[in-house]
Amino acid sequence: MFEKLLRIDRRIIFLFVLIALIVPLFLNISQHIAISPEVRDIYDSLRKLQPGSRVLLAFDYDPPSAPELQPMAVAVMKYCFKHNLKVIIMGLWPQGPLQANLAIESIKRDKEFKDNPPIYDKDYVNLGYMTGNELVIQGMGTDIQRTFPRDYLGNPTSSLSVMKGITNFSNIDFIFNLSAGYPGTVEWVLFAVDRFHAKLSAGNTAVQAPQVYPYVHSGQLSGLAGGLKGAAELEKLLGFYGKGTKFMLSQSFAHIVVIFFIIVGNVAYFATRGKKKK
Amino acid sequence: MRREIPLIITGVVGFTYIIQFFIPHWPFNIMEHMLTDWMLIIFAFAIWLGVLNLMKVSLDRISKRTKDWPYALVTILGFLFIVIAGFFFSGGRRFLDPGTPFDYIYQFIYTPLSATMFAMLAFYVASASYRAFRARTKEATLLLLAAFFVMLGRVPVGDAMTSFLPESVRLSKFADWIMNYPQTAGQRAIMIGIALGIVSTSLRLILGIERSHLGSD
Repeated sequence: MFEKLLRIDRRIIFLFVLIALIVPLFLNISQHIAISPEVRDIYDSLRKLQPGSRVLLAFDYDPPSAPELQPMAVAVMKYCFKHNLKVIIMGLWPQGPLQANLAIESIKRDKEFKDNPPIYDKDYVNLGYMTGNELVIQGMGTDIQRTFPRDYLGNPTSSLSVMKGITNFSNIDFIFNLSAGYPGTVEWVLFAVDRFHAKLSAGNTAVQAPQVYPYVHSGQLSGLAGGLKGAAELEKLLGFYGKGTKFMLSQSFAHIVVIFFIIVGNVAYFATRGKKKK
Repeated sequence: MRREIPLIITGVVGFTYIIQFFIPHWPFNIMEHMLTDWMLIIFAFAIWLGVLNLMKVSLDRISKRTKDWPYALVTILGFLFIVIAGFFFSGGRRFLDPGTPFDYIYQFIYTPLSATMFAMLAFYVASASYRAFRARTKEATLLLLAAFFVMLGRVPVGDAMTSFLPESVRLSKFADWIMNYPQTAGQRAIMIGIALGIVSTSLRLILGIERSHLGSD
């Protein structure tokens, strides 16, 4: 029997994972989401901002990472709009500003914001994508309007009311970077924080988050939300429950399935190893 | 001169960037701005170079009917489809606006396709974990246990399973401890090693000791 288990068809494992991912989407089970100190740091940084503060949201990801990062983007944006914080959007990834537009569209459809939807150049601006990776951050450290002379609609940046009085990072109160790789959080820490002393928090994919932990401990990064769990924690703290919380159940089930198969695999391995030795 | 001029350019640019980091004043700040602008322009041209290269490689594959050439055809057609939709049918500069054909392609074709490719990883990871995560050695057992606790601790079900314990010793806290201490210590070691490697390679390039990037002749 154990021999058979060791040779189990991978399509059976795929089927179990598929069921574990899909079934929870139709269940309504409430889960307790424990808040990690790293995510609480983000919340504390946001809470300290006064109405009218400028928040730079750097969208450095693409659709494959959206299930983890988009809920964070939506939650942070909702918080900013609700507390009258001025949002400046940009991206070092070409798809980043598009993901920002999708987030804003979803906020506009939200019941809570239907009567008071975010307005372009009053509540937020989108500077678009700029090629150049970390050099863009370096350029912004000296002069943001020189690095982004126009927004994504072609308006001169200097004519935007949200951008009035902003020269460089010293005029930005808080930066939140949503990152799925290079260029991303590491580059923001190295250039915006180390060089220009900007205040930065980040939301990362679960794969990338471990690489960024040392920057949290050194104080270079004021908070980190990692993966879907980070998104769910952020939603809970900010008070905007969304897809991060909803998808946690699927993730829980999927993790259990993977762990179950790892245990079965090891039991079968040790059971057959003894026989092979004989 | 074919080797000397690039070496001089590399040295001057490299030293300018190092000096302006410590002395961000005239004339180094002006030089830094100028060099950064130049590099941004080079980056922009690199995108065009990439596009042209993709077209050349794909067209070559189609004309020579090499293995899997239909994929090259799909690449070119997909590229032309999104470029034409973006340039000519999406309202000019407002092509990123919601509701444009470009936005439609992005939301309903590009996003599901790329998300599907990435989502398949979940299935492969589960299958690979089943076959590869075996407690064969002490190190593998340690890795296995760390993965076990982090996977359980990073989802609410981990805490639910240990809800009878005080909050400070529940699985989520243990997963946080693994991420914050052993994991971070390992990451730091890797990062310091990489940083030292970058510094030494950069110095070799700036000083002209490392010349492999200039080619063989």
